[in-house]
Amino acid sequence: MKRLLLSLFTVLLLAFVLVGGVLAQEPGPSAPTDDQVNAIAKGLYCPVCENIPLDVCGTQACAQWRDLIRQKLSQGWSEAQIKQYFVDQYGDRVLATPPPRGLNWLVYFVPPLVILAGAYVLFRAFQSLRQPAPVTEQPIEPPAPADDYAMRLEEELRKR
Amino acid sequence: MTENSTETSQQDKASRRPPWGRILVWAGVLGLLAILALGLRRAQQGPVSVGDKVPNFSLTTFEGEQIDLVDLQGKVVVLNFWASWCKPCEQEAADLETAWRYYQPRGDVVFLGVDYVDTEPEALKYLEKFDITYPNGPDLGTRISQAFRIRGVPETYIIDQGNVLRSVQIGPFSSLTQLQGMIEPLLEQ
Repeated sequence: MKRLLLSLFTVLLLAFVLVGGVLAQEPGPSAPTDDQVNAIAKGLYCPVCENIPLDVCGTQACAQWRDLIRQKLSQGWSEAQIKQYFVDQYGDRVLATPPPRGLNWLVYFVPPLVILAGAYVLFRAFQSLRQPAPVTEQPIEPPAPADDYAMRLEEELRKR
Repeated sequence: MTENSTETSQQDKASRRPPWGRILVWAGVLGLLAILALGLRRAQQGPVSVGDKVPNFSLTTFEGEQIDLVDLQGKVVVLNFWASWCKPCEQEAADLETAWRYYQPRGDVVFLGVDYVDTEPEALKYLEKFDITYPNGPDLGTRISQAFRIRGVPETYIIDQGNVLRSVQIGPFSSLTQLQGMIEPLLEQ
């Protein structure tokens, strides 16, 4: 009985050591998930079919580009690096958000300016509706020269 | 009297001052319209026309070799835009390679393949599938395709010895004879 227990203990100890050795290893990097790939693909446009984000594009070419993103992610590339790679390969137009350089600055400034200008125009319009029109004093015109008969008639009527 | 004259002079000054706000707004609007007009003009330009001097470009092949168009002056250049995802491109791939092997010994005809918005692994598979041996490289940043203002793939531009565009093929070649028919007249010059 003692021997049996000793043997059992030895086996358990050995198993623990072996398993412990396995547990001591760092877990390897997991493959990128579809969500991770699509999160980056959402910020890119299909270089061929215009105005379609890469995450929803159904063409074979788009599937290949998503695979490319997956490959780069598994190599440890960051989102910024992957996007820069796409820009180097296919140009700025592949980005969902145009980079703020050159004429692209207009995209960021013009719409807010137009909205502000429109708000200002509306404000002035409402303001003019609220304020009553200023009463302009008309100059008193000298009475038109009445004929004698009318003047005498007026005088007689006043006396009465 | 004094107050009235002060008010009057202030009003005069105000009326003489240029309306800077309005000028700025109109300048901005005209500037935007000018940019829009330039963009529309460029969009409607169409591809490079036959008879035009071809824009210079630099192509780095998949093997890392850099080829500049200016260095190919004196030779006929067959510039083909393609992509691995392009089914019609497959129709002409064999003819292009056959023509290249026919003209290569002469040394005065160069075939260049520009891979348009593609992934390198798929592009290399395509080249291997059709056993293409003439130089091919990716169109980085779509600079070359933008310079030629291509509308799609495949498109082939035949450039003469003086870097002048002599013929364009939009879509795949129907036959090897058609392709040779575009090259031969340039070699007889």
